[in-house]
Amino acid sequence: MDVALTETELETIWLTLRLATTVTLILLGVGTPLAWWLARTRSRWKGLIGALVALPLVLPPSVLGFYLLLAMGPQGPLGILTQALGMGTLPFTFWGLVVASVFYSLPFMVQPLQTAFESIGERPLEVAATLRASHLDAFFTVAVPLAMPGFLSATMLTFAHTVGEFGVILMIGGNIPGETRVVSVQIYDHVEALEYLQAHRLAGVMLVFSFLVLLALYAWRPPPPKGG
Amino acid sequence: MMHVIFPNSMKSLYALALIFMFGFGQAAHAEKITIAAAADLKFAMDEIVRTFRQIHGSDEVEVIYGSSGKFNMQIRHGAPYDLFFSADIAYPRELVKAGHAVGEVRPYALGRIVLWSASLDASKMTLESLASPHIGRIAIANPKHAPYGKRAEEALKAVNLWERIQSKLVMGDNVSQAAQFVQTGNAQVGIIALSLAINPELARQGGYYLIPDVLHRPLEQGFVITRRAASNPLARRFADFMDTPAARAVMIKNGFR
Repeated sequence: MDVALTETELETIWLTLRLATTVTLILLGVGTPLAWWLARTRSRWKGLIGALVALPLVLPPSVLGFYLLLAMGPQGPLGILTQALGMGTLPFTFWGLVVASVFYSLPFMVQPLQTAFESIGERPLEVAATLRASHLDAFFTVAVPLAMPGFLSATMLTFAHTVGEFGVILMIGGNIPGETRVVSVQIYDHVEALEYLQAHRLAGVMLVFSFLVLLALYAWRPPPPKGG
Repeated sequence: MMHVIFPNSMKSLYALALIFMFGFGQAAHAEKITIAAAADLKFAMDEIVRTFRQIHGSDEVEVIYGSSGKFNMQIRHGAPYDLFFSADIAYPRELVKAGHAVGEVRPYALGRIVLWSASLDASKMTLESLASPHIGRIAIANPKHAPYGKRAEEALKAVNLWERIQSKLVMGDNVSQAAQFVQTGNAQVGIIALSLAINPELARQGGYYLIPDVLHRPLEQGFVITRRAASNPLARRFADFMDTPAARAVMIKNGFR
Protein backbone atom coordinates (compact mmCIF):
# COMPACT_ATOMS: atom_id res chain seq x y z
CA MET A 1 0.00 0.00 0.00
CA ASP A 2 1.33 3.35 -1.08
CA VAL A 3 1.03 5.60 1.93
CA ALA A 4 2.68 8.74 0.55
CA LEU A 5 0.11 11.45 -0.07
CA THR A 6 -0.30 12.68 -3.63
CA GLU A 7 -0.02 16.32 -4.65
CA THR A 8 -3.81 16.62 -4.95
CA GLU A 9 -4.26 15.23 -1.46
CA LEU A 10 -1.67 17.62 -0.05
CA GLU A 11 -3.46 20.49 -1.80
CA THR A 12 -6.73 19.38 -0.20
CA ILE A 13 -5.15 19.13 3.24
CA TRP A 14 -3.49 22.53 2.86
CA LEU A 15 -6.81 24.07 1.82
CA THR A 16 -8.54 22.54 4.82
CA LEU A 17 -5.88 23.87 7.21
CA ARG A 18 -6.08 27.31 5.59
CA LEU A 19 -9.86 27.34 6.02
CA ALA A 20 -9.70 26.23 9.65
CA THR A 21 -6.98 28.77 10.51
CA THR A 22 -8.85 31.65 8.87
CA VAL A 23 -12.10 30.74 10.60
CA THR A 24 -10.41 30.33 13.99
CA LEU A 25 -8.69 33.73 13.75
CA ILE A 26 -11.93 35.46 12.72
CA LEU A 27 -13.83 33.74 15.51
CA LEU A 28 -11.20 34.70 18.08
CA GLY A 29 -11.86 38.31 17.10
CA VAL A 30 -15.65 38.03 16.94
CA GLY A 31 -16.21 35.42 19.61
CA THR A 32 -14.13 36.95 22.41
CA PRO A 33 -16.16 40.16 22.86
CA LEU A 34 -19.38 38.19 22.36
CA ALA A 35 -18.41 35.65 25.02
CA TRP A 36 -17.29 38.45 27.37
CA TRP A 37 -20.61 40.20 26.95
CA LEU A 38 -22.58 36.97 27.47
CA ALA A 39 -20.55 36.18 30.59
CA ARG A 40 -21.04 39.56 32.26
CA THR A 41 -24.28 41.06 30.99
CA ARG A 42 -27.51 41.22 32.94
CA SER A 43 -29.38 42.27 29.81
CA ARG A 44 -32.66 40.57 29.04
CA TRP A 45 -31.25 39.82 25.57
CA LYS A 46 -28.70 37.44 27.06
CA GLY A 47 -30.94 34.39 26.69
CA LEU A 48 -31.85 35.24 23.10
CA ILE A 49 -28.26 35.87 21.98
CA GLY A 50 -27.04 32.78 23.84
CA ALA A 51 -29.65 30.65 22.09
CA LEU A 52 -28.73 32.09 18.68
CA VAL A 53 -25.04 31.38 19.30
CA ALA A 54 -25.83 27.77 20.28
CA LEU A 55 -28.17 27.17 17.33
CA PRO A 56 -25.54 25.58 15.01
CA LEU A 57 -25.00 22.87 17.67
CA VAL A 58 -28.46 21.46 17.10
CA LEU A 59 -29.27 22.67 13.61
CA PRO A 60 -28.75 20.11 10.83
CA PRO A 61 -25.90 21.33 8.59
CA SER A 62 -28.28 21.00 5.66
CA VAL A 63 -30.54 23.67 7.15
CA LEU A 64 -27.63 26.06 7.52
CA GLY A 65 -26.34 25.13 4.05
CA PHE A 66 -29.74 25.68 2.46
CA TYR A 67 -30.28 29.12 3.98
CA LEU A 68 -26.71 30.19 3.27
CA LEU A 69 -27.01 29.09 -0.36
CA LEU A 70 -30.12 31.24 -0.77
CA ALA A 71 -28.80 34.17 1.29
CA MET A 72 -25.44 34.26 -0.49
CA GLY A 73 -26.93 33.66 -3.97
CA PRO A 74 -27.42 36.48 -6.48
CA GLN A 75 -30.92 37.27 -5.17
CA GLY A 76 -30.18 36.78 -1.48
CA PRO A 77 -29.45 39.66 0.94
CA LEU A 78 -25.82 38.64 1.46
CA GLY A 79 -25.40 38.05 -2.28
CA ILE A 80 -26.80 41.47 -3.15
CA LEU A 81 -24.40 43.03 -0.65
CA THR A 82 -21.30 41.17 -1.89
CA GLN A 83 -22.19 41.97 -5.50
CA ALA A 84 -22.64 45.65 -4.67
CA LEU A 85 -19.17 45.57 -3.11
CA GLY A 86 -17.83 44.08 -6.33
CA MET A 87 -17.00 40.73 -4.75
CA GLY A 88 -19.38 38.62 -6.82
CA THR A 89 -21.33 35.91 -5.03
CA LEU A 90 -19.89 33.74 -2.28
CA PRO A 91 -21.10 30.17 -2.90
CA PHE A 92 -18.42 27.94 -4.46
CA THR A 93 -15.62 30.20 -3.19
CA PHE A 94 -13.12 29.88 -0.37
CA TRP A 95 -14.57 32.96 1.35
CA GLY A 96 -18.05 31.50 1.04
CA LEU A 97 -16.81 28.54 3.06
CA VAL A 98 -15.22 30.92 5.56
CA VAL A 99 -18.51 32.77 6.11
CA ALA A 100 -20.43 29.50 6.46
CA SER A 101 -17.86 28.05 8.86
CA VAL A 102 -17.85 31.17 11.03
CA PHE A 103 -21.56 30.61 11.63
CA TYR A 104 -21.18 26.87 11.96
CA SER A 105 -18.28 26.94 14.44
CA LEU A 106 -19.41 29.98 16.44
CA PRO A 107 -20.63 28.05 19.53
CA PHE A 108 -17.37 26.11 19.70
CA MET A 109 -15.54 29.39 20.22
CA VAL A 110 -18.06 31.32 22.31
CA GLN A 111 -19.23 28.68 24.78
CA PRO A 112 -15.84 27.62 26.22
CA LEU A 113 -14.80 31.29 26.42
CA GLN A 114 -18.04 32.26 28.12
CA THR A 115 -17.57 29.49 30.69
CA ALA A 116 -13.98 30.61 31.27
CA PHE A 117 -14.96 34.27 31.71
CA GLU A 118 -17.81 33.37 34.05
CA SER A 119 -15.51 31.32 36.27
CA ILE A 120 -13.25 34.34 36.85
CA GLY A 121 -15.97 36.07 38.83
CA GLU A 122 -16.23 39.74 39.80
CA ARG A 123 -13.49 39.89 42.39
CA PRO A 124 -10.30 40.00 40.26
CA LEU A 125 -11.82 42.72 38.09
CA GLU A 126 -12.93 44.73 41.12
CA VAL A 127 -9.39 44.53 42.46
CA ALA A 128 -8.09 45.70 39.09
CA ALA A 129 -10.52 48.61 39.18
CA THR A 130 -9.32 49.70 42.63
CA LEU A 131 -5.81 49.74 41.14
CA ARG A 132 -7.21 52.18 38.56
CA ALA A 133 -6.93 49.79 35.64
CA SER A 134 -9.19 50.77 32.75
CA HIS A 135 -11.78 48.23 31.58
CA LEU A 136 -9.71 47.38 28.53
CA ASP A 137 -6.54 47.19 30.61
CA ALA A 138 -8.22 44.91 33.15
CA PHE A 139 -9.55 42.73 30.38
CA PHE A 140 -6.15 42.13 28.82
CA THR A 141 -4.02 41.98 31.98
CA VAL A 142 -6.46 40.17 34.29
CA ALA A 143 -9.28 38.44 32.43
CA VAL A 144 -7.35 37.09 29.45
CA PRO A 145 -4.54 35.45 31.49
CA LEU A 146 -7.08 33.95 33.89
CA ALA A 147 -9.17 32.64 31.00
CA MET A 148 -6.18 31.26 29.10
CA PRO A 149 -7.23 27.58 29.44
CA GLY A 150 -10.60 28.61 28.01
CA PHE A 151 -8.89 30.34 25.09
CA LEU A 152 -6.80 27.26 24.41
CA SER A 153 -9.71 24.85 24.36
CA ALA A 154 -11.95 27.24 22.41
CA THR A 155 -9.25 27.71 19.77
CA MET A 156 -8.55 24.02 19.42
CA LEU A 157 -12.20 22.98 19.37
CA THR A 158 -13.04 25.63 16.77
CA PHE A 159 -10.12 24.64 14.59
CA ALA A 160 -10.86 20.92 14.84
CA HIS A 161 -14.58 21.40 14.29
CA THR A 162 -13.96 23.45 11.14
CA VAL A 163 -11.57 20.79 9.84
CA GLY A 164 -14.33 18.23 10.40
CA GLU A 165 -17.05 20.23 8.69
CA PHE A 166 -18.82 18.42 5.86
CA GLY A 167 -22.54 18.93 5.34
CA VAL A 168 -22.56 22.69 4.90
CA ILE A 169 -19.58 22.54 2.55
CA LEU A 170 -21.21 19.84 0.45
CA MET A 171 -24.18 22.14 -0.03
CA ILE A 172 -22.42 25.40 -0.87
CA GLY A 173 -18.92 24.32 -1.92
CA GLY A 174 -19.36 22.93 -5.42
CA ASN A 175 -16.34 20.66 -4.97
CA ILE A 176 -13.69 22.85 -6.64
CA PRO A 177 -10.11 21.58 -6.24
CA GLY A 178 -7.91 24.02 -4.35
CA GLU A 179 -10.87 26.29 -3.62
CA THR A 180 -13.66 24.40 -1.87
CA ARG A 181 -12.76 20.71 -1.98
CA VAL A 182 -11.75 20.09 1.61
CA VAL A 183 -10.56 16.80 3.09
CA SER A 184 -13.96 15.60 4.34
CA VAL A 185 -15.54 16.13 0.90
CA GLN A 186 -12.63 14.46 -0.84
CA ILE A 187 -13.03 11.40 1.39
CA TYR A 188 -16.74 11.28 0.58
CA ASP A 189 -15.96 11.39 -3.15
CA HIS A 190 -13.45 8.58 -2.86
CA VAL A 191 -15.93 6.40 -0.97
CA GLU A 192 -18.72 7.11 -3.47
CA ALA A 193 -16.41 6.08 -6.28
CA LEU A 194 -15.35 2.91 -4.39
CA GLU A 195 -11.77 4.24 -4.17
CA TYR A 196 -11.23 2.85 -0.71
CA LEU A 197 -7.43 2.98 -0.74
CA GLN A 198 -7.44 6.74 -1.33
CA ALA A 199 -10.27 7.16 1.17
CA HIS A 200 -8.27 5.23 3.78
CA ARG A 201 -5.23 7.46 3.44
CA LEU A 202 -7.08 10.73 3.96
CA ALA A 203 -9.43 9.27 6.55
CA GLY A 204 -6.40 7.99 8.45
CA VAL A 205 -4.88 11.47 8.47
CA MET A 206 -8.14 12.91 9.81
CA LEU A 207 -8.48 10.24 12.48
CA VAL A 208 -4.96 10.78 13.80
CA PHE A 209 -5.34 14.55 13.67
CA SER A 210 -8.66 14.60 15.52
CA PHE A 211 -7.38 12.23 18.17
CA LEU A 212 -4.24 14.29 18.74
CA VAL A 213 -6.25 17.49 19.12
CA LEU A 214 -8.52 15.92 21.70
CA LEU A 215 -5.59 14.29 23.46
CA ALA A 216 -3.85 17.65 23.73
CA LEU A 217 -7.08 19.23 24.91
CA TYR A 218 -7.60 16.75 27.73
CA ALA A 219 -3.92 16.50 28.67
CA TRP A 220 -3.56 20.28 29.04
CA ARG A 221 -6.75 20.67 30.94
CA PRO A 222 -6.01 22.17 34.34
CA PRO A 223 -7.37 20.39 37.42
CA PRO A 224 -10.85 21.64 38.42
CA PRO A 225 -10.80 24.49 40.97
CA LYS A 226 -11.18 23.33 44.59
CA GLY A 227 -14.38 24.17 46.45
CA GLY A 228 -16.90 26.75 45.26
CA MET B 1 -16.11 22.64 28.32
CA MET B 2 -17.75 19.48 27.03
CA HIS B 3 -20.46 19.79 29.65
CA VAL B 4 -21.68 22.84 27.77
CA ILE B 5 -22.34 20.70 24.76
CA PHE B 6 -23.59 17.60 26.54
CA PRO B 7 -25.49 18.65 29.64
CA ASN B 8 -25.71 16.10 32.46
CA SER B 9 -29.45 15.85 32.07
CA MET B 10 -28.78 14.05 28.79
CA LYS B 11 -27.91 10.95 30.80
CA SER B 12 -31.49 10.61 31.94
CA LEU B 13 -32.54 10.41 28.30
CA TYR B 14 -30.49 7.28 27.59
CA ALA B 15 -33.16 4.87 28.80
CA LEU B 16 -35.72 6.57 26.63
CA ALA B 17 -33.36 6.44 23.67
CA LEU B 18 -32.94 2.69 24.09
CA ILE B 19 -36.68 2.17 24.07
CA PHE B 20 -36.94 4.12 20.85
CA MET B 21 -34.09 2.26 19.19
CA PHE B 22 -35.46 -1.18 19.93
CA GLY B 23 -39.09 -0.23 19.59
CA PHE B 24 -38.86 0.87 15.99
CA GLY B 25 -36.09 -1.41 14.83
CA GLN B 26 -38.36 -4.33 14.00
CA ALA B 27 -40.99 -2.47 12.02
CA ALA B 28 -40.09 -4.28 8.78
CA HIS B 29 -43.07 -4.71 6.51
CA ALA B 30 -43.49 -7.33 3.80
CA GLU B 31 -45.58 -5.30 1.36
CA LYS B 32 -43.31 -2.31 1.22
CA ILE B 33 -40.47 -1.53 -1.14
CA THR B 34 -37.80 1.12 -1.14
CA ILE B 35 -36.44 2.22 -4.48
CA ALA B 36 -33.05 3.84 -4.98
CA ALA B 37 -33.41 6.00 -8.08
CA ALA B 38 -30.93 8.09 -10.04
CA ALA B 39 -31.49 11.82 -9.52
CA ASP B 40 -32.57 12.34 -13.15
CA LEU B 41 -35.70 10.33 -12.34
CA LYS B 42 -36.82 12.85 -9.72
CA PHE B 43 -40.02 13.82 -11.52
CA ALA B 44 -40.59 10.77 -13.70
CA MET B 45 -40.39 8.26 -10.86
CA ASP B 46 -42.73 10.28 -8.63
CA GLU B 47 -45.29 10.04 -11.40
CA ILE B 48 -44.66 6.37 -12.07
CA VAL B 49 -45.16 5.56 -8.40
CA ARG B 50 -48.41 7.53 -8.38
CA THR B 51 -49.65 5.59 -11.42
CA PHE B 52 -48.53 2.30 -9.87
CA ARG B 53 -50.41 3.08 -6.67
CA GLN B 54 -53.58 3.94 -8.55
CA ILE B 55 -53.52 0.58 -10.27
CA HIS B 56 -52.30 -1.57 -7.39
CA GLY B 57 -54.07 0.06 -4.49
CA SER B 58 -52.31 0.92 -1.29
CA ASP B 59 -48.93 -0.70 -1.89
CA GLU B 60 -46.18 1.14 -0.13
CA VAL B 61 -43.44 2.39 -2.40
CA GLU B 62 -40.78 4.71 -1.15
CA VAL B 63 -38.27 6.40 -3.46
CA ILE B 64 -34.89 7.79 -2.53
CA TYR B 65 -33.01 9.91 -5.08
CA GLY B 66 -29.27 10.30 -5.38
CA SER B 67 -26.27 9.66 -7.60
CA SER B 68 -26.10 6.20 -9.14
CA GLY B 69 -22.51 5.78 -7.99
CA LYS B 70 -23.50 6.47 -4.41
CA PHE B 71 -26.28 3.86 -4.52
CA ASN B 72 -23.88 1.35 -6.08
CA MET B 73 -21.58 1.84 -3.10
CA GLN B 74 -24.42 1.73 -0.56
CA ILE B 75 -26.00 -1.44 -1.93
CA ARG B 76 -22.61 -3.15 -1.73
CA HIS B 77 -22.72 -2.34 1.96
CA GLY B 78 -26.18 -3.68 2.57
CA ALA B 79 -28.35 -0.59 2.08
CA PRO B 80 -32.05 -1.51 2.44
CA TYR B 81 -33.08 -0.80 -1.15
CA ASP B 82 -35.23 -3.29 -3.02
CA LEU B 83 -34.87 -1.89 -6.52
CA PHE B 84 -32.06 0.16 -7.98
CA PHE B 85 -32.70 2.44 -10.96
CA SER B 86 -29.32 3.55 -12.24
CA ALA B 87 -28.55 6.28 -14.75
CA ASP B 88 -25.69 4.08 -15.92
CA ILE B 89 -26.58 0.45 -16.61
CA ALA B 90 -23.00 -0.56 -15.78
CA TYR B 91 -23.63 -0.17 -12.02
CA PRO B 92 -26.51 -2.69 -11.75
CA ARG B 93 -24.57 -5.07 -13.99
CA GLU B 94 -21.61 -4.89 -11.62
CA LEU B 95 -23.93 -5.50 -8.67
CA VAL B 96 -25.31 -8.64 -10.26
CA LYS B 97 -21.79 -9.85 -10.98
CA ALA B 98 -20.81 -9.25 -7.36
CA GLY B 99 -23.91 -11.03 -6.08
CA HIS B 100 -25.62 -7.98 -4.58
CA ALA B 101 -28.49 -8.03 -7.05
CA VAL B 102 -30.46 -10.83 -8.66
CA GLY B 103 -31.92 -11.63 -12.04
CA GLU B 104 -31.61 -9.68 -15.23
CA VAL B 105 -30.67 -6.04 -15.47
CA ARG B 106 -33.44 -4.39 -17.43
CA PRO B 107 -32.74 -1.32 -19.54
CA TYR B 108 -35.50 1.23 -19.04
CA ALA B 109 -34.44 4.41 -20.80
CA LEU B 110 -31.85 6.43 -22.63
CA GLY B 111 -31.02 9.72 -20.97
CA ARG B 112 -29.88 12.94 -22.61
CA ILE B 113 -27.87 15.86 -21.33
CA VAL B 114 -28.78 19.50 -21.94
CA LEU B 115 -27.46 22.96 -21.22
CA TRP B 116 -29.88 24.70 -18.94
CA SER B 117 -29.97 28.16 -17.41
CA ALA B 118 -32.42 30.02 -15.22
CA SER B 119 -31.07 33.49 -16.08
CA LEU B 120 -29.98 33.19 -19.75
CA ASP B 121 -31.73 31.74 -22.78
CA ALA B 122 -29.97 28.40 -23.02
CA SER B 123 -31.94 27.42 -26.13
CA LYS B 124 -29.80 29.88 -28.10
CA MET B 125 -26.54 28.47 -26.74
CA THR B 126 -24.19 25.71 -27.77
CA LEU B 127 -21.37 24.10 -25.80
CA GLU B 128 -18.99 26.69 -27.29
CA SER B 129 -20.95 29.43 -25.51
CA LEU B 130 -19.59 28.10 -22.24
CA ALA B 131 -16.17 29.55 -23.04
CA SER B 132 -17.64 33.05 -23.21
CA PRO B 133 -16.41 35.43 -20.51
CA HIS B 134 -20.06 36.35 -19.82
CA ILE B 135 -20.61 32.98 -18.28
CA GLY B 136 -19.24 32.66 -14.77
CA ARG B 137 -19.98 29.36 -13.17
CA ILE B 138 -21.05 26.16 -14.86
CA ALA B 139 -22.62 23.40 -12.78
CA ILE B 140 -22.28 19.71 -13.59
CA ALA B 141 -22.84 16.56 -11.56
CA ASN B 142 -19.71 15.04 -10.04
CA PRO B 143 -18.22 12.85 -12.82
CA LYS B 144 -16.62 10.62 -10.20
CA HIS B 145 -19.88 8.96 -9.24
CA ALA B 146 -22.73 10.60 -11.16
CA PRO B 147 -23.28 9.27 -14.72
CA TYR B 148 -24.68 12.60 -15.94
CA GLY B 149 -21.52 14.31 -14.75
CA LYS B 150 -19.40 11.70 -16.52
CA ARG B 151 -21.27 12.27 -19.80
CA ALA B 152 -20.99 16.05 -19.38
CA GLU B 153 -17.24 15.62 -18.99
CA GLU B 154 -17.10 13.44 -22.11
CA ALA B 155 -19.07 15.95 -24.18
CA LEU B 156 -16.92 18.86 -22.99
CA LYS B 157 -13.76 16.91 -23.81
CA ALA B 158 -15.15 16.02 -27.25
CA VAL B 159 -15.38 19.73 -28.14
CA ASN B 160 -12.05 20.54 -26.46
CA LEU B 161 -13.63 22.72 -23.79
CA TRP B 162 -12.96 20.64 -20.68
CA GLU B 163 -9.56 22.18 -19.94
CA ARG B 164 -10.61 25.70 -20.94
CA ILE B 165 -13.62 25.93 -18.66
CA GLN B 166 -12.08 23.96 -15.79
CA SER B 167 -11.89 27.05 -13.56
CA LYS B 168 -15.61 27.76 -14.00
CA LEU B 169 -16.84 24.30 -13.09
CA VAL B 170 -18.72 23.60 -9.88
CA MET B 171 -19.87 20.11 -9.06
CA GLY B 172 -23.12 18.95 -7.58
CA ASP B 173 -23.27 15.72 -5.64
CA ASN B 174 -25.76 14.48 -8.24
CA VAL B 175 -27.49 15.93 -11.31
CA SER B 176 -30.35 17.29 -9.21
CA GLN B 177 -27.97 19.32 -7.07
CA ALA B 178 -26.29 20.63 -10.24
CA ALA B 179 -29.74 21.78 -11.42
CA GLN B 180 -30.40 23.33 -8.03
CA PHE B 181 -27.14 25.33 -8.21
CA VAL B 182 -28.42 26.80 -11.49
CA GLN B 183 -31.97 27.28 -10.25
CA THR B 184 -30.80 29.35 -7.28
CA GLY B 185 -28.73 31.49 -9.66
CA ASN B 186 -25.46 30.49 -8.04
CA ALA B 187 -24.31 29.05 -11.37
CA GLN B 188 -25.32 30.70 -14.66
CA VAL B 189 -25.49 27.49 -16.66
CA GLY B 190 -25.61 23.80 -15.91
CA ILE B 191 -25.29 20.57 -17.82
CA ILE B 192 -28.23 18.61 -16.49
CA ALA B 193 -30.63 15.83 -17.46
CA LEU B 194 -33.21 16.52 -20.15
CA SER B 195 -35.74 14.87 -17.83
CA LEU B 196 -35.16 17.63 -15.27
CA ALA B 197 -35.03 20.53 -17.76
CA ILE B 198 -38.42 19.73 -19.32
CA ASN B 199 -40.18 19.43 -15.99
CA PRO B 200 -42.66 22.35 -15.71
CA GLU B 201 -40.97 23.64 -12.58
CA LEU B 202 -37.63 24.15 -14.33
CA ALA B 203 -39.02 24.77 -17.83
CA ARG B 204 -40.84 27.80 -16.43
CA GLN B 205 -37.48 29.40 -15.61
CA GLY B 206 -35.58 28.85 -18.83
CA GLY B 207 -35.09 26.98 -22.06
CA TYR B 208 -32.51 24.32 -22.77
CA TYR B 209 -30.08 23.28 -25.48
CA LEU B 210 -29.98 19.57 -26.27
CA ILE B 211 -26.35 18.45 -26.38
CA PRO B 212 -25.77 16.17 -29.43
CA ASP B 213 -25.54 12.60 -28.22
CA VAL B 214 -22.66 11.84 -30.59
CA LEU B 215 -20.44 13.77 -28.17
CA HIS B 216 -20.71 11.26 -25.33
CA ARG B 217 -21.27 7.59 -24.65
CA PRO B 218 -24.99 6.76 -24.43
CA LEU B 219 -26.68 7.29 -21.07
CA GLU B 220 -28.07 3.80 -21.05
CA GLN B 221 -30.10 3.38 -17.90
CA GLY B 222 -31.06 0.14 -16.25
CA PHE B 223 -32.63 -1.22 -13.11
CA VAL B 224 -32.31 -4.38 -11.10
CA ILE B 225 -33.87 -6.08 -8.08
CA THR B 226 -31.42 -6.27 -5.20
CA ARG B 227 -30.56 -9.45 -3.36
CA ARG B 228 -32.63 -8.59 -0.29
CA ALA B 229 -35.79 -8.27 -2.43
CA ALA B 230 -35.17 -11.48 -4.41
CA SER B 231 -38.40 -13.00 -3.13
CA ASN B 232 -40.39 -9.82 -2.55
CA PRO B 233 -43.52 -10.02 -4.73
CA LEU B 234 -44.08 -6.28 -4.63
CA ALA B 235 -40.59 -5.62 -6.00
CA ARG B 236 -41.32 -8.00 -8.87
CA ARG B 237 -44.70 -6.36 -9.52
CA PHE B 238 -43.08 -2.96 -9.70
CA ALA B 239 -40.34 -4.26 -12.02
CA ASP B 240 -42.96 -5.71 -14.37
CA PHE B 241 -44.95 -2.50 -14.19
CA MET B 242 -42.04 -0.66 -15.84
CA ASP B 243 -42.77 -2.57 -19.08
CA THR B 244 -46.42 -1.52 -19.23
CA PRO B 245 -47.64 1.16 -21.67
CA ALA B 246 -48.69 3.33 -18.71
CA ALA B 247 -45.14 3.43 -17.33
CA ARG B 248 -43.58 3.87 -20.79
CA ALA B 249 -45.85 6.84 -21.42
CA VAL B 250 -44.68 8.55 -18.24
CA MET B 251 -41.05 7.96 -19.14
CA ILE B 252 -41.45 9.36 -22.64
CA LYS B 253 -43.37 12.35 -21.34
CA ASN B 254 -40.40 13.03 -19.06
CA GLY B 255 -37.84 13.11 -21.83
CA PHE B 256 -36.60 9.52 -21.81
CA ARG B 257 -36.48 7.30 -24.85
